[in-house]
Amino acid sequence: FFGPGAIQAAWGAAGDPYEIPDYGNVTLLHMTDSHAQLLPVWWREPDINIGVGPVLNQPPHLTGKWSLDYYGVPAKTANGYAFSCLDFDTLAHKYGKIGGYAHIASLVKRYRHERGDKVLMLDGGDTWQGSATSLWTKGADMVGAQNLLGVDDMVGHWDFTYGQDQVEHLVKTELKANFLAQNVFSNTWQELVFKPYHIHEVSGRKIAVIGQAFPFTPIANPGYMIPDWVFGIHTEHMQKMVDECRQQQKADLVVLLSHNGADVDKKMASLVKGIDIILGGHTHDIMGPKPFMVGKTLIINTSTNGKILARFDLDVGKGKLNGWRFYYLPVFSNLIKADPEMTAYVEKVRAPYKEKLAQPLATTESLLYRRDNFNGTFDQLLCDALREEMDCEAAFSPGFRWGYCKLPGETITMEDVMGQTAITYPQVTINEYTGAQIKNIMEQVADNIFNVDPYYQQGGDMIRVGNIQYDFDPDEKIYHRCSNMRVGGKAMSATKKYKVAGWAATTAPVEGKPVWEVFAQWLQAKKHVRVEKMDLPRLNSDMKSNHGIAFPKEYGL
Amino acid sequence: GDVSGWPAKAFDAKVLNDAMMASVGKTDVPVSPKVKLTAPSIAENGGAVPVTIEVDSPMTADDYITTVYLFVDHNPTPLASQFSFTPASGQAYIQERIKMAKTDNVRVIAKTSKGELLASAPREVKVTIGGCGG
Amino acid sequence: MADNIGNPMLRMPSTAKKGELVEIRSLIMHPMLTGLTKDKSGKLIPAHFIQTVTATFNGKPLLDIDWSTAVSANPFLAFKMRAEDNGTLKVVWKDNQNGDWSAESKLTVS
Ligand SMILES: [Mn+2]
Ligand SMILES: [Mn+2]
Repeated sequence: FFGPGAIQAAWGAAGDPYEIPDYGNVTLLHMTDSHAQLLPVWWREPDINIGVGPVLNQPPHLTGKWSLDYYGVPAKTANGYAFSCLDFDTLAHKYGKIGGYAHIASLVKRYRHERGDKVLMLDGGDTWQGSATSLWTKGADMVGAQNLLGVDDMVGHWDFTYGQDQVEHLVKTELKANFLAQNVFSNTWQELVFKPYHIHEVSGRKIAVIGQAFPFTPIANPGYMIPDWVFGIHTEHMQKMVDECRQQQKADLVVLLSHNGADVDKKMASLVKGIDIILGGHTHDIMGPKPFMVGKTLIINTSTNGKILARFDLDVGKGKLNGWRFYYLPVFSNLIKADPEMTAYVEKVRAPYKEKLAQPLATTESLLYRRDNFNGTFDQLLCDALREEMDCEAAFSPGFRWGYCKLPGETITMEDVMGQTAITYPQVTINEYTGAQIKNIMEQVADNIFNVDPYYQQGGDMIRVGNIQYDFDPDEKIYHRCSNMRVGGKAMSATKKYKVAGWAATTAPVEGKPVWEVFAQWLQAKKHVRVEKMDLPRLNSDMKSNHGIAFPKEYGL
Repeated sequence: GDVSGWPAKAFDAKVLNDAMMASVGKTDVPVSPKVKLTAPSIAENGGAVPVTIEVDSPMTADDYITTVYLFVDHNPTPLASQFSFTPASGQAYIQERIKMAKTDNVRVIAKTSKGELLASAPREVKVTIGGCGG
Repeated sequence: MADNIGNPMLRMPSTAKKGELVEIRSLIMHPMLTGLTKDKSGKLIPAHFIQTVTATFNGKPLLDIDWSTAVSANPFLAFKMRAEDNGTLKVVWKDNQNGDWSAESKLTVS
């Protein structure tokens, strides 16, 4: 199973980290938000993930040392590397890339072999988007991988951005798993578009899996791509589904496969009675190795990019959960032998694009990453590229949470550029915004992240800005969070117009070059890139002791 | 021209208080847990915001909900709809879709056959730009 | 526009137990113009919207609705009725430009 000597080298006496003692009659395996990364990648956890209001200093709003202390995980260990941002590039060299479908498949097959038909494999969505090949095959390469992995149920978010017709095609004719959503309704008659739940028979018990799509898909992404479908959180309907599963379907266990995001899951668990376990995604959080409890509901979030495989072993009795054990397993690709069948599949789907993917563009001299509340080094490069290529004084780039890392010294290829930009609405635009409009956009986006009521949070990160400086107070209300705004270091005028480059417009289709072309062209011209300093806001001094900030100095604290 | 019986005066009112006075006849109605208003926290399409109204009532001949008024605080016509039930309805229940131009409160006032007025808590529906995501 | 107007539709169960609450859902194609929007030449487009919806069962009043221009285009409406007798539900929509549409659906009560 492992490469010879690998375990000893990395774990010493700890032995096989994937060995799990037999327990209970049902095993749930959960992965989520792979963002179509078929191969292992580098993935650094954010150093800033601020929680406000009721979720202040609660998981997953713990970063760096705060997170490791909360979970009792020592720094500078394999799990310390997987669960935090600390010493990322040093530890990356030691512990290697994470994820990869061939490595995940190897683990899943092993557990199926050990646990027999006690296993359900659940996929939390954002599976079909995030890579060049998924974009070019319109999600089909990922559906093939899911089928090989034996996914039982899935839910969706970015998956919907291929448009209604393609989603229906994949769900009806390609995907073997059930595509579940209790919160997607037709625009005309307000009827369910997908199956809301599926009842699985495992060890003679009835396991209900209810699906929850990302509630804000038509707002966070182009609604015009899915014109006949209405989303939303639908707490009452969720309660109805839970009751239906328990009373009519006689479910012994109710599992919610959710793409709500961590804080929305927590609020939903406080309002809906009767959910045993929420397997969460969307916010890409480390929310393990201990589940978070709201009432009697166990809640986890299972990271992203194939980094973690979560496993619940359950003792399910008649109508109730008697006991559970939980394992939050980082997928260390160089310690797990790749599954040959999945390896062959991945090679096959990548083969037609191999040359294009491998095209070298530039070398990076510093660590490139995206995930953080306000900016990432990869986004800073993208903003710089947009400004220079489009001849603009400022740039906006969306606060997406996907997009993997590159280590210092690595070559940025076309595949890596696609790994940051592969979306179905990639056009670059130039907008003439007044200072007031710039502030309004930033305030609106900020409120979708830092609203104290989780039901108003959309689970992304703050819009990235190139050459715009500002002070920021997450605890304020909308229109009062951003202040002292400057463009190029000079005070921003509310009435003056600024030329701002941007991409990923959501309200209507626009004309423009795809962002990957603009970015690739810029990288090729630069040959070597290095991010010395990011456009980051200065945070309000109250944030000094916020446990979601690992490096307060970076934010002027 | 207007359909006969359509309450033009209440619909012509341009601000919430006037619309309430012209329809309900009062502006300060106590909030009651019996009036349930469901609307999305964030509108996906400001042109079609789904709203569900349910009022707890026996709906018998001598105790039922006669009228339910639906308001959007800052719409050009704050009174959006008015529903007159009968005991035969069995439940004071409505689902429809309304227009909202910007972030605003939706609220409901219900009138019982005994003349009692009950209000829902105002429900804020946010109309916002998107463009981010995990 | 005239092609996209009308076509009222009702969806409800055809049978119910006596005393049971039945949900009726309806849809009608209508632009529901507010009178506040302008055409390409900058002229205000006159308001054109459904003002009343009336539901009766066996001719007896069930529900009367008054709508403003704030109701969305192609209005969807759901409401309930207590099943007591066999009979016919009739819904009538009327707009401010003399438009008038109706739809019927039968219910058998056991
Ligand atoms: Mn997502
Ligand atoms: Mn995601």
